[in-house]
Amino acid sequence: MMGNITLGQYYPIESPIHRLDPRAKLIVTVLYMVLVFLVHSYIGYGAVALLLLSGIALSRLPIKVVLRGLKPILFIVVFTFIINILFNQSGQELLKVWILRITDEGLTGAIHLALRLVLLVMGTSLLTLTTTPIELTDGLERVLKPLNLIRFPVHEMSMMMTIALRFIPTLAEEADRIMKAQAARGADFDTGGIMARAKGLIPLLVPLFVGSFRRADDLATAMESRCYAGKKGRTSMKVYHLALADYIVLVLMAAAITAVCLLGV
Amino acid sequence: MPIVVEHLSHIYSPGTPFAVEALKDVSFTLTDGEFLGIIGHTGSGKSTLAQYLNGLTLPQHGTVTVDGTVLNEAHDRKSIRTKVGMVFQYPEYQLFEETVEKDICFGPKNMGLSEEEQKQRAANALALMGLSMDEIGQQSPFALSGGQRRRVAIAGILAMEPSYLVLDEPTAGLDPAAKATMLSIIRKLHKENGITVVMISHNMEDMALLADRILVMDRGILAMAGTPEEVFCHEAELKAMGLDVPISYRLISMLKKRGIHAAYKREHNDLAASIAQAVKEGNRHDG
Repeated sequence: MMGNITLGQYYPIESPIHRLDPRAKLIVTVLYMVLVFLVHSYIGYGAVALLLLSGIALSRLPIKVVLRGLKPILFIVVFTFIINILFNQSGQELLKVWILRITDEGLTGAIHLALRLVLLVMGTSLLTLTTTPIELTDGLERVLKPLNLIRFPVHEMSMMMTIALRFIPTLAEEADRIMKAQAARGADFDTGGIMARAKGLIPLLVPLFVGSFRRADDLATAMESRCYAGKKGRTSMKVYHLALADYIVLVLMAAAITAVCLLGV
Repeated sequence: MPIVVEHLSHIYSPGTPFAVEALKDVSFTLTDGEFLGIIGHTGSGKSTLAQYLNGLTLPQHGTVTVDGTVLNEAHDRKSIRTKVGMVFQYPEYQLFEETVEKDICFGPKNMGLSEEEQKQRAANALALMGLSMDEIGQQSPFALSGGQRRRVAIAGILAMEPSYLVLDEPTAGLDPAAKATMLSIIRKLHKENGITVVMISHNMEDMALLADRILVMDRGILAMAGTPEEVFCHEAELKAMGLDVPISYRLISMLKKRGIHAAYKREHNDLAASIAQAVKEGNRHDG
């Protein structure tokens, strides 16, 4: 039942994109997002799409896997598309059915918005598909380091994220095991009304909570016994070095943004 | 009536880069009244196999038949789960009620029995596990010791009065005393209460002592099946699968190399007598 919970979407293959430094990938993704919001013409969108497609090609991901990321937002895309068409009434009238009026500006606006959403989600899934969650939090910690200056606890946040990520599969597995154990005692999780179902979850939730507290306690003891005391004096096991490829993608992305600003596409 | 497993295969995460074949074409029959041991290295598929026996996992490839009922989407889940009791690893982690009594009643309650019947069964089940409802019935299960908690959890399964009991590593993590108690209770359940037992373990000593028949799993394949005597004489093959041979068997084979031919006995006491006998006879030959 829970066996198909895979953590994040990481797709384990070998590719130049997979090998990039996570910091570079994070920054490039942010720049890409800026780019998606900067462009405002079909030429611009075409250029961004081309950039994205070359990224996907380089990542060697099956296109099906990348498109799968669009499934959850399909509804939002369609919904915003329709709302935009119907409520942006400026410009020339193209079509009028009963009280529904479609204008050229409304249509263009709606298409732009849909394109933006699709490009945005595909671009960010390229990041999560090619980077392990641990690399991501690691990268995020380094990239956000300057926030330490304003006393934002970057290290603590990233440690919490790492621990949470680490324990999601463990908890999912435990939940699956407890569900099966209670099902073996005739527990029913799937039938009955809302109240019956909520009550039916108690045999799952109580052991799950008890187990989480036990684990948290064990983990805290284990960390303390290895002298963990927060960020102070901690060095990283893995030190990232920006390679030539990382500089290339960063410069490329910066160039793309400059070009878009200058050309105004 | 038996449990028949035929050509059972199981694949985790099929169609993804993470696909693992956990069971490959496993077939065997569990006969009534037997004590079947399943041994295998970690990841050999023994726990996966166990979950098929009461329909917690439904077969995609192959069939499982319990008392003539084929386990598929349409079978009566509740009746099969009542018939085949399943004790998971560390079953104490599934306790959730406020009192021991309520927790043990959970199974019978789901079976739709009357409150009186539930309580009767709970008390009986707890007594089978060597604990008394009068003493601990109203305590919180979380206040008990580890060994007691596990016995309470198993009582929760026994209260459904299953004819088959599947136990996954029932002695894992117990101290030697609690472990000995657990094994003698399991033995009693099999001998005196006539429950057909399937026990999964990688502890060879327990298996040698308890099992009538042993299945050896190796990377999803049913590698060997037979009585403990038949299985444990394949010492080299077992070693290659990362499994050990019980000390008693090793002792007999070491003695054999030194010219003493003692017959194997399951009970340690009988084994000692058999070795003493062989030694005496050996001396007589020499003299």
